[in-house]
Amino acid sequence: MLTLNDVQAGYGRTTILHGINVEVQKGEVVTIVGANGAGKTTTLRSIAGLVRPTSGSITFEGEPIGKLSPHEVVARGITLIPEGRQLFPFMSVRDNLRMGAYTPQARARMSATMDEVMDLFPRVREKLEQHAGSLSGGEQQMVAIARGLMARPKLLMFDEPSLGLAPIIVAQVFDVVEKIVATGVTVLIVEQNVFRTLNIADRGYVLENGEIVMTDSGQALLRDDHVRRAYLGI
Amino acid sequence: MDTFLQLVLNGLMLGGLFAIISVGLTLIFGIIRLVNFAHGELLMAGMYLTWLGTTKLGLHPYVLAPPLVLVLFVIGVAIQRFILQPLLEARDAHVQIFATVGLSTALINLALLLFGADLYATPAAHVRDPIMLGPFRIIVGQLVMFGAGIAVVTGLHVFMERSFLGRAIRATAQHRAAAQLMGVDVNRIYMVTFGIGAGCVGLAAALVAPVYPTSPTVGTYFVLTAFVVVVLGGMGSLHGAFIGALLIGLVDSLSGFYIAPDLKEVVIFGLFILILLLRPTGLFGLGRGSE
Ligand SMILES: Nc1ncnc2c1ncn2[C@@H]1O[C@H](COP(=O)(O)OP(=O)(O)OP(=O)(O)O)[C@@H](O)[C@H]1O
Ligand SMILES: [Mg+2]
Repeated sequence: MLTLNDVQAGYGRTTILHGINVEVQKGEVVTIVGANGAGKTTTLRSIAGLVRPTSGSITFEGEPIGKLSPHEVVARGITLIPEGRQLFPFMSVRDNLRMGAYTPQARARMSATMDEVMDLFPRVREKLEQHAGSLSGGEQQMVAIARGLMARPKLLMFDEPSLGLAPIIVAQVFDVVEKIVATGVTVLIVEQNVFRTLNIADRGYVLENGEIVMTDSGQALLRDDHVRRAYLGI
Repeated sequence: MDTFLQLVLNGLMLGGLFAIISVGLTLIFGIIRLVNFAHGELLMAGMYLTWLGTTKLGLHPYVLAPPLVLVLFVIGVAIQRFILQPLLEARDAHVQIFATVGLSTALINLALLLFGADLYATPAAHVRDPIMLGPFRIIVGQLVMFGAGIAVVTGLHVFMERSFLGRAIRATAQHRAAAQLMGVDVNRIYMVTFGIGAGCVGLAAALVAPVYPTSPTVGTYFVLTAFVVVVLGGMGSLHGAFIGALLIGLVDSLSGFYIAPDLKEVVIFGLFILILLLRPTGLFGLGRGSE
C-alpha cells in the first residue's frame, strides 16, 4: 500500500534520513522505533508531504506521492495525527472535528463519520462546544485522534500519541488506538511506549541515525536483545 | 442637542464605510499575517474604475458595485498568487510588506500617468438626496454605506463561522501546518483571503466614489484611518474592526465639528498613539497567544 524506497530527506542542508526503505501493507499495523532525534517524525512528515524527500521515492497505492503537497496527500487518503496534537485552539472541538473532514470525500459523509467517531470518544462528545485550547492534554490528544479519523483515511499515521500524558491517560490512548486498529484501518505509528506499541504492531522498523537497522514482526522485535536493551530498558 | 445627535448619526454612517475598508485590511492581516500597504491604492483603483463605468458606460455607481467586487477580488487573488506567494519562500517575511509598499507606489504613479493629478467627481443620481428622520437629515449615500457596512460584516461573520471555506481560513490562521494536515491548500486560502479583502475595497470604492472626489492619493486618507480602526479593534478581529470603525466614525464627525475640521486627523492619530501606548492589542485583540 505504502512504499518508501531509498528515501533521503532533511531540513535545509542537513540530511536526516539517509535512504530508508519502509513498507506498509493494507490492513497492517506498522511501527517505527527509534531514539530521540533518529528521524521518526521526519519520516512521517515526508510521507505527509510536509518535508520533501531529496531523493528516493514514496508510492501509495502504486502511485508516486513524494512530490505532492500535504493537502494532496490527504486527498489520497493518508492522514497524520501530528506530534504535539496541533489542534486549532480558538475553535470549538466540533469545528476542529469538522476541519478533520475537510476533503470533499470526507465532507460528503461528515455527519455519519461524526457519529461513529463520537461512539469511540464519549468524553469528547461532552466537550463539543468548548474551545479546543481549553481542554486538558489528554482530552486534546483524544480530539486530535478523533479529528484524524474524521478524514476517513486509508492510512492513519500517529506521531507520539501518548507523549507528555499521565500514565492513566496513556492507557486510555492505547485503548483507543487498539479500537481503531480493530476497525481494520492501516496504521503507521511512532510511539515512545515501545513495549505496548510492538505488542499491537504486526511489524516494526528500528530507525537509528536516519537509517533502518532492523525490521521484523512486532513479537520478534520484542524478543530481540538489541531492541530490549536499547528501547525497552531490559 | 440636536446638532450633537446629528453628528453622531453622521459619524455612525461614516463608520459603515470605514468598516468595509477596515474589515478587508484586518482579514488580510489576521489570516495572511501581512500588513497590506497597498489597500488604499486598491480603493483608489476601484474609484477610478467606478468613475470610468459611470462616465463612459453611463451606469450608476451602485450598479457597478457587484462587478467591482468581482474585479477587485480577482486582482487581489492575482496579487497574492503572483507577487506575494513567490515571496513567501523568501528568507525574510518583511519582503512581502515591502512588496505591498512598492505596489502602492506603483499604483499611485500609474494613476498619475493615466489620469493626472486632477480630482474626478463621479456623477450619481440620488446619492445626495436627503432623507429626513424627524429633525435629522441623512443623505442616501450615507445610509447605503452604513447598511453595506453592516451587511459586509455580518456576511463575513457568517461565512467565517459556518462555511467549510471560512472555517478553513480560520484554521489556517490558527495553525497553518495543522490546516495542511486536514487537506487545506493554504496557498489557495491566502489567495481567497486577499481576494475577499480586496473585494471589500471594491465595494467601498463604488460607494465612496459618488461622495468623495477621486485622485491618485485618495486611498491614503481612507486607509490611514482604516489602520487606526484595525489597531483599535484588535488586529485581525472582524467584529473589533466593525466596532472600531463606528467609534472612529464618531470621533471623525464629532471632532470635525467641536474641535476643527482641519484637526480631526490629528485627533484620530492622537487616539491611535494612545491605543498603542495603553492597549496595543486593541479592544478585541487576542494578543500574542492568538498565533
Ligand atoms: N524543522 C526542523 N529544522 C531543522 N532540523 C530539524 C527540524 N525538525 C527536526 N530536525 C532535526 O532532525 C532530526 C530528526 O528529528 P525528528 O523529529 O525526525 O526525530 P524523532 O525521531 O521524531 O525524535 P523524537 O523522538 O524526539 O520525536 C533531529 O536532529 C532534529 O533536531
Ligand atoms: Mg518525533
